[in-house]
Amino acid sequence: MEKTRKTYHTNLMICAGTGCVSCGSFGVRDALIAEIEKQDLSHEVLVATTGCNGFCAAGPLLVSYPDGVFYQKLQVEDVPFFVEEYLLKGRVVKKHLFVRPEDKEAIPAINDIGFFSNQLLVTLRNRGLIDPEIIDDYIARDGYMAAEKALNEMTSEEIIREVTTSGIRGRGGGGFPTGLKWKFCADASGDQKYILCNADEGDPGAFMDRSILEADPHAVLEGMIIGAKAIGAHQGYIYVRAEYPLAIERLETAIAQAEDYGLLGDDILGSGFDLKIELYHGAGAFVCGEETALMLSIQGQRGMPRPRPPFPAHKGLWNLPTVLNNVETWANIPQIIFRGSNWFKSLGTEKSTGTKVFALTGCVKNIGLIEVPMGVSLRSIVYDVGGGIPGKRRKLKAVQVGGPSGGCIPESLIDTPVDFESIVKTGAIVGSGGMVVMDDTSCMVDVAKFFLEFTVEESCGKCTPCREGTQQMLHILDRITLGKGRPEDIDTLITLSAMIKSASLCGLGQTAPNPVETTIKYFREEYEAHIFEKRCPAKKCKALLKFEVVPELCKKCGLCFKACPSNAITWVKKSVAVIDVDKCTQCMNCYAVCKFDSII
Amino acid sequence: MAKLKIEDLRKIKESKKGTLNLRDGAYRAKVTVHMGTCGIAAGARIVMNTLITAIEQNNTDDVILTSSGCAGLCSQEPMMTVEVNDLSPVKYVYLDEEKTKKIFREHVIDGKPVAEYALSMGSETTY
Repeated sequence: MEKTRKTYHTNLMICAGTGCVSCGSFGVRDALIAEIEKQDLSHEVLVATTGCNGFCAAGPLLVSYPDGVFYQKLQVEDVPFFVEEYLLKGRVVKKHLFVRPEDKEAIPAINDIGFFSNQLLVTLRNRGLIDPEIIDDYIARDGYMAAEKALNEMTSEEIIREVTTSGIRGRGGGGFPTGLKWKFCADASGDQKYILCNADEGDPGAFMDRSILEADPHAVLEGMIIGAKAIGAHQGYIYVRAEYPLAIERLETAIAQAEDYGLLGDDILGSGFDLKIELYHGAGAFVCGEETALMLSIQGQRGMPRPRPPFPAHKGLWNLPTVLNNVETWANIPQIIFRGSNWFKSLGTEKSTGTKVFALTGCVKNIGLIEVPMGVSLRSIVYDVGGGIPGKRRKLKAVQVGGPSGGCIPESLIDTPVDFESIVKTGAIVGSGGMVVMDDTSCMVDVAKFFLEFTVEESCGKCTPCREGTQQMLHILDRITLGKGRPEDIDTLITLSAMIKSASLCGLGQTAPNPVETTIKYFREEYEAHIFEKRCPAKKCKALLKFEVVPELCKKCGLCFKACPSNAITWVKKSVAVIDVDKCTQCMNCYAVCKFDSII
Repeated sequence: MAKLKIEDLRKIKESKKGTLNLRDGAYRAKVTVHMGTCGIAAGARIVMNTLITAIEQNNTDDVILTSSGCAGLCSQEPMMTVEVNDLSPVKYVYLDEEKTKKIFREHVIDGKPVAEYALSMGSETTY
């Protein structure tokens, strides 16, 4: 506990999520501290590190309080000027402000930036406000109050009832009602039970769980304490992938601090309840995010799914009743207990309550981590939070939701509300929350191929439909992108998809065909163009590219001629350029430089 | 570290309240010291330090301190603006340690503006 109070007039909160750390935020922090010391301000200004702020594309980030000014792209060499201007002279440093893309207006206040003001933070409520490595910061924001309430004032049944009433559903992808899962486990016979946290986040481009662990590790621990009391478990494991070193470091710190305070271990807060939580490092197999595979992996065996039932609530880790929830689910639990299920239910939609964290990436202006209430439209996420599509000539084509288990939602369905049911209706799934925005330069066959390559690689090989079926689908997609597609290929893909989905053992295989199915459903004409016309409309599949100049559109400027590295373009002044298809290497240079879209 | 009891959780929360209020925007009064070059030359740093000490000694946790640039009245520095909730902001001029202490005690804590040191009630309208 801090003995002496300390008053500062300014708190500089440096983002220390993995994104900002990799672009140098620790260096900036050290430089700031040194410079502040040099200017004799160290008793007036506090420099604190926080977890991921969310606006990862603009890092390293700094938010200053109480002014709430948001600074981006701060480098070590900017520090002396920054300290002089902002801290000594009290002037906002324009150079590092966020610039609104629409009107090039610099926006100082974080709450005026659309990316932030259109979000609703529940799971990420502490991001940017506390130092994840200081437990007192977490406690100051009502931390461990919910655990205290659950341990001392509530019975196991009351906790389960509260969680069930809140309507929260698993945030890891399945969307199974959390309260129900707990009830099954609480009702299961046996004295020894386990509580697990799934932090084996494997979807390409998804980093929700990592950011929560890095920004607010105590929220996850507190959620697990409450869950443990509800089902009667005294041993917990957090299965976190070894590729998340910073998350592991902060979790270890958090567990040590909580043990030190007696918030983990024996007789927590004098309630007589014991819980021990240990970390287990996963080696990075995608399939280990599947619950039964994850449990085998903790037992020291090869991580492979097994048929269910029996469900883990009855026979889980070491064949004992076990509850496994995802990081984001756990981080929501303290809020539900502390603020009540009715408050939680008031957020989101009737069947999908609460908020959801998404990793927004791809062709949007604001890339990063966002949290929005369930039920907002995809349009709002892409345009209000994401800031729209960069590039004047580009337009939105599709949004890929749910990673390799999800699907592509086309522009025509952009007003779909983002909740479990509505997204499933489109053929995609909410999944763990990856969201890739694609513009018209993305080839949908190529996108399907990318995700299928991932699942083929990550399939554990135990069941035939997944191991062989996805492989066959990939062969067909390969063939299509190489211009060797056959007329029956689309139908074969659809048949294979249905078989793999119905016959696979676990969620990996059951969802693997989703990217292919949805792209066929919404972009069938693109597949047909590849197969029948040997043409890639988005100009991505190199083997199918044959460039030519449209004489009517050509302005005879010669830019393409100058850009061509392989002398495939003939051009003389005041004449239309001509492309020699045999010499062309499909490098796309001419296509990119032509200002008049005359190369097709 | 001894094991925490329930009361300890609340104590930790209390001890951190000042810092967190600053980040949250949940405060009763805000004191802005004008720290442009002119202000600093005239002694704004002494005013700031006096305020920091006063806040710490009083265990005040609902008042935040902030600095800003030159207020445009360089001849009357050091200056500060005190904004207590529900009261109109007051600008004080020609400050020193004693005046600052008195303003802190009477205006910031008790909510009674110190008319003798005040330049004006209210702030200029900004566009």
